[in-house]
Amino acid sequence: MSPKISLRGVTKSFGPKKVLQGIDLDVAKGESMVVIGGSGSGKSVLLKCILGLMRPDSGSIKIDGEETVALADGGRADVMRKFGMLFQGGALFDSLRVWENVAFGPIQSDGMAPAKAREVAIAKLGAVGLGPEIGELYPSELSGGMQKRVALARAIAREPEIIFFDEPTTGLDPIMADVINDLIVKCVSDLGATAISITHDMASARKIGHRIAMLYEGKLIWQGRTADIDHSGDAHVDQFIHGRAEGPIRMQVRKL
Amino acid sequence: MSIPLVTLLGRMTLAFLEAIGSVSSFALQAVRCALTPPWYRQQIVRQMLEIGYYSLPVVGLTAIFTGMVLALQSYTGFARFSAESAIPNVVVVSLTRELGPVLAALMVAGRVGAAMAAEIGTMRVTEQIDALTTLSTNPYKYLVVPRLIAGIVTLPILVLIADIIGVLGGFLVGVYKLDFNDVAYLRNTMDFLQFQDVYSGLVKAAVFGFLISLMGCYHGYTSKGGAQGVGTATTNAVVSASALILTFNYFITEAFFAR
Repeated sequence: MSPKISLRGVTKSFGPKKVLQGIDLDVAKGESMVVIGGSGSGKSVLLKCILGLMRPDSGSIKIDGEETVALADGGRADVMRKFGMLFQGGALFDSLRVWENVAFGPIQSDGMAPAKAREVAIAKLGAVGLGPEIGELYPSELSGGMQKRVALARAIAREPEIIFFDEPTTGLDPIMADVINDLIVKCVSDLGATAISITHDMASARKIGHRIAMLYEGKLIWQGRTADIDHSGDAHVDQFIHGRAEGPIRMQVRKL
Repeated sequence: MSIPLVTLLGRMTLAFLEAIGSVSSFALQAVRCALTPPWYRQQIVRQMLEIGYYSLPVVGLTAIFTGMVLALQSYTGFARFSAESAIPNVVVVSLTRELGPVLAALMVAGRVGAAMAAEIGTMRVTEQIDALTTLSTNPYKYLVVPRLIAGIVTLPILVLIADIIGVLGGFLVGVYKLDFNDVAYLRNTMDFLQFQDVYSGLVKAAVFGFLISLMGCYHGYTSKGGAQGVGTATTNAVVSASALILTFNYFITEAFFAR
């Protein structure tokens, strides 16, 4: 069976800075892939390239075997229909109420009647552990953890085939982070969706990932099953998962 | 470290041309999106309220004082060669052709252009624009097109109201301060007013409305780098919109009246 998402030789540069230098990655249907890597390693750029928010300089990105790099607006919208995305900061529309945020995709893009979309929104809010009364509030009235949950509800509202998670636990306390991790695992398995997450939180990576890939200096230096990451045999990976300052990965601050 | 003058000049020219190119392609993309469905009617109505209705007080205030000061100033000048009877005509023609559209547009640029750039800029830096895309909603259609349409439609209406309020201001000063006969003042106002005076002003207003929205959206949409980026975008939106309004004002006037 062909992979759900397949990347071959994806490169992306910003001026002289080569952020991605030939990424090959396959994610099977129903699989949860976690990409780990330090800040500035190009994780977000990789995600945005797959999503189509950025166009890679070269290489191929196939979704369900369909090449998506050169898609025009119309075809791009069809591919987008398969996607759900949880943004790092939530990216909730602050001018809309919580339920309108969750119902945005169904109403604006799928043409669902507002009354029905509202029911869907309330059901999705329930799935992430939020009561219907939360739906009447505005995003700015919610705590960070609640905003993340609303953003998760919005990401799953259209029951996407593929969900992307951009640093889902960043900025949350350890308990709320674990709540979000549990919700992600539950939502992904309930929908039978394929997931790609990027994170530098190892606890989160171990919990939500079936497989883990490590991005370092624009390349995937290791990928394998989550259970194998502790004996990867790669010094970079070992340094990263144990969070050591000493090792082959040199932080930029040392060059000053 | 000194940069030769020519290098500096060349760099500025290139940056200027680059900006023109990037604004033009933004505008083209927006116009292309405006021509095909879906249209977000709710957003258009909301922007019309935001740009038109909520600008009424400030535009009205500008118009009434402009009309009043016009009557007063032209009296001082015209009394020197006993041409006071031309004052109503001067007031209405200056207002409809020139001051109504330009001053209203400048006020709206300050009020709305800045707010637009700040709102869209914040949406950009908090990834809300990317979120729109992932929800299969074209941000040009959802954010930019409604603002452009609202700008083009509401500015002429605002200017028409400003014209009327401005003439009223001139009338009040004329009748109560300069001892004009009220009927004569109004007759003088209407007798020499041509359709083209008002019409050209409204065309200007529509163009200015487009420019205000375009600058607000463009600078917001392309802003980057957090709060500071949004601040810069806001300033640039107001400054560039004002400069474009004054520039286009001349060329539209020339197109209408140069013959």
